[in-house]
Amino acid sequence: MTDVVWLIPAFPLFGFVLILLFGRRLGEPLVGYFATAMMVASFVVSVGAFFDLLAMPEEERANIETLFSWVPVSSLQVDLALLADPLSITMCLFVTGVGALIHLYAIGYMHGDAKFSKFFLYLNLFALSMLLLVLGENLLVTFLGWEGVGTCSYLLIAFWHTRESAATAGKKAFITNRVGDWGFMLAMFLAFSAIGSVSYGALNEAAEAGELATSTATGIAALLFVGAIGKSAQLPLYVWLPDAMEGPTPVSALIHAATMVTAGVFLLTRINPLIEVSADWVPTLIAWVGVITAFFAASVAVAQNDIKRVLAYSTVSQLGYMFLAVGTGAYVAAIFHMVTHAFFKALLFLGSGSVIHGMHDEQDMRRMGLLRKLMPVTAITFIVGWLAIAGVPPFAGFWSKDEILLFALARSPALYVVGLVTALLTAYYMTRQVVMVFFGEARWESHAEEHGARGDFRPHESPALMLLPLVVLAGASIVGGGIQLPFSDATHRLEQWLHPVVEFGEAEIEGTWANDNKYLLLVLAAVVTLVGIAVAWMVYQRRRLPVVEPAVLEQAWYYDRAITDAVGGPGRQAFEATSWFDRNVVDGGVNGVAWSLRNAAQELRKPQNGYVRASAGIIGMGAVGLLVWFVVVRGIL
Amino acid sequence: MIAQPVSTFTGPEIDWYALSPLLVLVAAAVALLVAGALTPPWPKGGYAIVTVGAATASAVLAIIQWQNISDDGPSTLVAGAVSFDLSAMFFTITICVAVALVALLTDDFLRRQALDGPEFYALYLVAAAGGIVMASANDLIVLFLGVETLSLALYVLAAADRRRSKSQESGLKYFVLGSFSSAFLLYGIALVYGATGSTNITRVVVYLQESVPLERFDALLLTGVALMMVGLAFKIAAAPFHVWTPDVYEGAPSPVSAFMASAGKVAAFGALVRVLIVALPFYREDWQPVVWVLALVSLVVGSVLAVVQTNVKRLLAYSSINHVGFVLVGIESAAHRAGAVDSGPGVPSVGVYLLAYTVMVIGSFGVVAIASRSGDDATSLDSFRGFATRRPVLAVAFTVFLLAQAGVPFTSGFIAKFGVVQAAVEERSYAIALIAMLTSVVAAFLYLRIIVTMWMSEPDDASVELAGAGTSNSWTGTLSIGLAAGFTVAVGIVPGWLLDAADDLTQFAR
Repeated sequence: MTDVVWLIPAFPLFGFVLILLFGRRLGEPLVGYFATAMMVASFVVSVGAFFDLLAMPEEERANIETLFSWVPVSSLQVDLALLADPLSITMCLFVTGVGALIHLYAIGYMHGDAKFSKFFLYLNLFALSMLLLVLGENLLVTFLGWEGVGTCSYLLIAFWHTRESAATAGKKAFITNRVGDWGFMLAMFLAFSAIGSVSYGALNEAAEAGELATSTATGIAALLFVGAIGKSAQLPLYVWLPDAMEGPTPVSALIHAATMVTAGVFLLTRINPLIEVSADWVPTLIAWVGVITAFFAASVAVAQNDIKRVLAYSTVSQLGYMFLAVGTGAYVAAIFHMVTHAFFKALLFLGSGSVIHGMHDEQDMRRMGLLRKLMPVTAITFIVGWLAIAGVPPFAGFWSKDEILLFALARSPALYVVGLVTALLTAYYMTRQVVMVFFGEARWESHAEEHGARGDFRPHESPALMLLPLVVLAGASIVGGGIQLPFSDATHRLEQWLHPVVEFGEAEIEGTWANDNKYLLLVLAAVVTLVGIAVAWMVYQRRRLPVVEPAVLEQAWYYDRAITDAVGGPGRQAFEATSWFDRNVVDGGVNGVAWSLRNAAQELRKPQNGYVRASAGIIGMGAVGLLVWFVVVRGIL
Repeated sequence: MIAQPVSTFTGPEIDWYALSPLLVLVAAAVALLVAGALTPPWPKGGYAIVTVGAATASAVLAIIQWQNISDDGPSTLVAGAVSFDLSAMFFTITICVAVALVALLTDDFLRRQALDGPEFYALYLVAAAGGIVMASANDLIVLFLGVETLSLALYVLAAADRRRSKSQESGLKYFVLGSFSSAFLLYGIALVYGATGSTNITRVVVYLQESVPLERFDALLLTGVALMMVGLAFKIAAAPFHVWTPDVYEGAPSPVSAFMASAGKVAAFGALVRVLIVALPFYREDWQPVVWVLALVSLVVGSVLAVVQTNVKRLLAYSSINHVGFVLVGIESAAHRAGAVDSGPGVPSVGVYLLAYTVMVIGSFGVVAIASRSGDDATSLDSFRGFATRRPVLAVAFTVFLLAQAGVPFTSGFIAKFGVVQAAVEERSYAIALIAMLTSVVAAFLYLRIIVTMWMSEPDDASVELAGAGTSNSWTGTLSIGLAAGFTVAVGIVPGWLLDAADDLTQFAR
């Protein structure tokens, strides 16, 4: 089915168009089911394409479908072409698979919302953009999807735009992303001026053949990394993602956890030959930005009280791990972690949505507690997600995180240590969250009045429509690690599958100390995780240890505040100055021209006073002018 | 009984079929006048339908002739008096389009003014016949006949609104100044005849071909060329010979203004192409700078003076002068290769421009005709305030025409302006191409001013008061404006067929 790979984005496109035209008439819940069906259809095609590729010999696993010539401008020839290869199909599988589940969940979650059909309109548009992003055969098609998902992200964060905070968060996400997009665009220009093409095939081949100057490769890779930082919420551009939690929870799960924010990791994996041939500081920078972001966000997550903000910082932190993997040449591990993270983070977000739903839109964990009694399915699936992200064996997150740490140690012990500390923090803050929400004592009763329930307020379990995706994702979070196990070459299934794509850039760790002692590392990671869980358990469940939630962590190291102050203070003055310049100098110039034209016209029209004699006079003068020209200038002279 | 041997007069051989586009129009005019005078008033729209039918028939015949000419090559008719080439057919079709659209508008207009009668339509048809003769003349005297046939009809039409003194004034002004300029033209033709010994363009070219290498300076001929150019520049309303246009367009009934601005100019440009490109290629070094200057002055005057107008009809008059400048840019670039076998992109770009301009200017005046109500005098810019809320569909159509005149992409105006500027650049007339583009920026201001007035200004008290009265229009007006808007957008989106057809306008009958 690789030759009909265009069907994968075509289904959401069809869904988008139909909902655009008939969304209101279809109404709730039909629109939701229709949109979900489109995602399922895409998923089926993706699965078909997957098996097609699997049946092919390894070196042939790349099928380019050119739909039409998109930008034929002399030497700039860009096709709207889709590339079906192991990497893009892997992305398609989990984007459509997880996407379909989240669509289904949203039918329940968005029940009764006035803009129900518009929500699914945006979701389908998002899926279309995301699939174009991953399937694109060149930077421009990817950029189309890149901007598309950015737009959808903006629309969905600000979905409840009548809330001031939601509207602000949407704007913040959009503007912060512009900084990254600037890098992406410059990278495209540079690629075109260097090799006259923006196609991945041409770029990677040039890199592999050594035809690309180191400086050029460095420039393109570094600029695309800037783009990736913006989209994947890494330091210093992460600030929009925690605020993006203003959007409906299915959006947080789909866009701001499972799919869109991983686009940066995908992009860097796609151009891994370029990173390989660029200057050494590029991968080093990527690794360090990743690991520092991972640590930073994990430390902030320790002190958050909003159930979704914890998960948001956790997402930033986990994305940091993926960048660490990319920077250390562990592309397979990056994709591996991306897939497992999509499972368990979508699960956690949907679980938190279920909790919020059951708590009547309460998001503060300090007002929860003991919910496992009232929401058993949500609690059990959430606990599965917790164990998976914390890295408890044999859940999915354990295997993927370990793989990343293995490569980190092979590159540099310092990276490994920071990564391991982050793993400890991850286990700690996730345990804290689970205890605060599902264990401990019930604190929600004291807030019953605020919900207008007058004493008989009881959180309730969510409908089956919302629980089904939770169960499926929980299952995936348990066994997801099976696609790549460290025991032998045969269990490196994902590595074999992705081999043709990452062959050139994948780091070789055979023979390093880390690889020789990988089982030791496995044990160490498991121990660290358990320590983190135990400490948190002692603090929050048993109350044996003091609670440590310093304000500096709660305020995210005052980073966001500092940016706000800078943009709001000196930044604002600069904007005002620009605006003054535009108003007075630019507009003044334009208006000045217009004003002088008007005055000139007033003078010019004076002789034309409407009298026939004046008109005849002007014509006569013109005739004299012509005669002088012809007879005197051209004739006699 | 006086029986003397008389040498029998043998008239020229006449190919009636080749002349059929012209003959259909003349026959329809005569028939309308005679039948209209002898019968009681026809049912509503009757005269207009006959006129549209005649114009359509004429255009269809011209298209059939187009095929014949494409196969057999250009030739001349009636003993070399009329040329029979693709250029003549293209101008014929354009004029027929103008007649059909204007006839529909006129029906609408006359019903509103309660002035219905066959005279307008007969005069349109006669004027159109004159215009076609001008555009296909191969003899300077025939050309002059065409000019006079067209002009006399237009003088009457301008004054045709008997109840409005402004219309009378407009007709009189046009008549006085028109005959003034006709005198220049005729005197010029006489001098050329004196210098070359013939008024036939073929023979003039042959004579000049032989004499120019021997004797470069011929005062008689140069004076003749100068005077002919004065006459024709008046007819196309190129600045500074444009002074009559604002007054006449403002005063004449709106559909007549539309006709003068479209068919009148198309015919005059057809004549200009005949005289300059076909007849005088050997003197192109003399007249090309004049065309350059006329283009420049028209572009500047047309755009700049429009800025201070407060009457929409005057505004459109000045904008038509700016358009004339653009067409002259096309003529200027055609001049580079005048007389060559392949005359380059200039003449095709002029053809496309004139057709696109014809349709959009008729559409514009059509909307003004409806908006100006039963008195045909509410044409001040202020009376368009809030027009969009009163007549949203009409306002959309007007916006389309104005954007097209400004040369916005996806309208025929863009294709037209792009064509002439491209032709100028191709022939390396960079300066005038640049000036043309700059003035189109200034001109855009005036079109946008009307659009802003229509869509963004609240209506004032006076226009609210007038809003209800006499603004209804019949299906003929709707049809005319709808066709014009459709054509404007369609050509803007799919211009290929028109450009391909116009590309053949490079060979002339001599």
